[in-house]
Amino acid sequence: MALTGVLRPGFIQLRVLDMAASVEYYTKRIGFHVVTKGEDGRVYLKAADEFDHHSLVLRQADTAGLDLYAFKVRKDEDLDSFKKRIEDYGIEVDDVRAGEQPGIGRRISFVIESGHRIELYAQAEMSEPKPLIHNPDVWSVEPHGMRARRMDHALLYGPNIEKVLNFFVKVLDFECAERVDMPDGLLAIWLTAGMKAHDIAFVNHPEPGKFHHVAFELEDWKDVGNAADIITRYNISIDIGPTRHGITRGQTIYFFDPSGNRCEVFAGGYTYYPDHPTRTWDEKEIGRGIFYYERQLNDAFLSVVT
Amino acid sequence: MSEQRFNIDVENINAEFCGSSTGYADERVLVSLERAQGFGKLKNLPKRLPVGCRRGGCGICRARILEGNYKRDPMSREYVTLEDEKEGLVLLCAIYPLSDLKVRLEPKCVKNVEANSQSLEI
Ligand code: FES
Ligand SMILES: [Fe+2]
Repeated sequence: MALTGVLRPGFIQLRVLDMAASVEYYTKRIGFHVVTKGEDGRVYLKAADEFDHHSLVLRQADTAGLDLYAFKVRKDEDLDSFKKRIEDYGIEVDDVRAGEQPGIGRRISFVIESGHRIELYAQAEMSEPKPLIHNPDVWSVEPHGMRARRMDHALLYGPNIEKVLNFFVKVLDFECAERVDMPDGLLAIWLTAGMKAHDIAFVNHPEPGKFHHVAFELEDWKDVGNAADIITRYNISIDIGPTRHGITRGQTIYFFDPSGNRCEVFAGGYTYYPDHPTRTWDEKEIGRGIFYYERQLNDAFLSVVT
Repeated sequence: MSEQRFNIDVENINAEFCGSSTGYADERVLVSLERAQGFGKLKNLPKRLPVGCRRGGCGICRARILEGNYKRDPMSREYVTLEDEKEGLVLLCAIYPLSDLKVRLEPKCVKNVEANSQSLEI
């Protein structure tokens, strides 16, 4: 098995202003399932096409935004070696006990230089619904809503993106698949731990710890069209799309959850191998890079975050 | 659909009159302003109407209610603190009119207005 260390995004924990409206939105519209509710009120959700316990955690709060983003690593020992490497780099690491989130083993937790809390864990129980394993049909329970297949990636906004790039590449062994350089410096990076075009991305932004979007993967462009119908039918707040990203080549829509957290549905995107070069974009063509058909950024891309 | 209609006057940060929109009791005030902008009814805005999440999370549509009554959805405390709330500050996307309204756009940090308007004009 060639994939070692960090495997992929595991789960995201988001703050929401209205739990009932949020659960309805992520289950009926995005197409997720509630796995369980915690005693502290957090709600744990997943796509039926994911094996692991959950990939989305909602926490009721009086602000919107991101609490933390967690990646799954291959082996339990990886947590010890990453802990040492992160501490040697100069970032403090907290231990989070197994079971702090139901179904999830011990985690290590740290705040990177952009102000975001990132976590690693190795163990997750499986939960229902999940894909069939023996003589598997294409789905176990019928896809509904936007038919999201998994929590795919996130885009985060904060300062010190040069340092974040260095940390993810040198300490967590990610690769940089694409980057945008403006005349005054690095604006954005797309990072991958595996073979997707990105698992996490960052845009340079003065305020630390901000959240731009979480993306849910769809099967194809036809499902992106279906998601667009759902967005209008249920009066979901739209940002932009359906359109395509030049960067990653993903087919996409940006829209907002009931607390104003931006969501994306995402289909396609190229396959990345670690021997591929980093693809680069400049100020002149950044519009095409972000929104391939519009060829310019919209008002909200750089200014609207939670 | 509710037929209760209201007039919403909007001022910019410099207290200059920008125009009016028709508000409905079952419609977010910000959405009525977006429609007015689409019909070319909003002038004197230093930039386009600030529209983001339309769900009370991102804070970009922060404003002061100068006159009138409204009903509110939850909105992020990051952008409207308890003190702000007592002063009549709101996020326009998270309120619904209960009478005619007069509102003034008031971004969180006036110092940031310049930086914001740059990114908004891209
Ligand atoms: S548009 Fe985001 S809070 Fe109003
Ligand atoms: Fe994305």
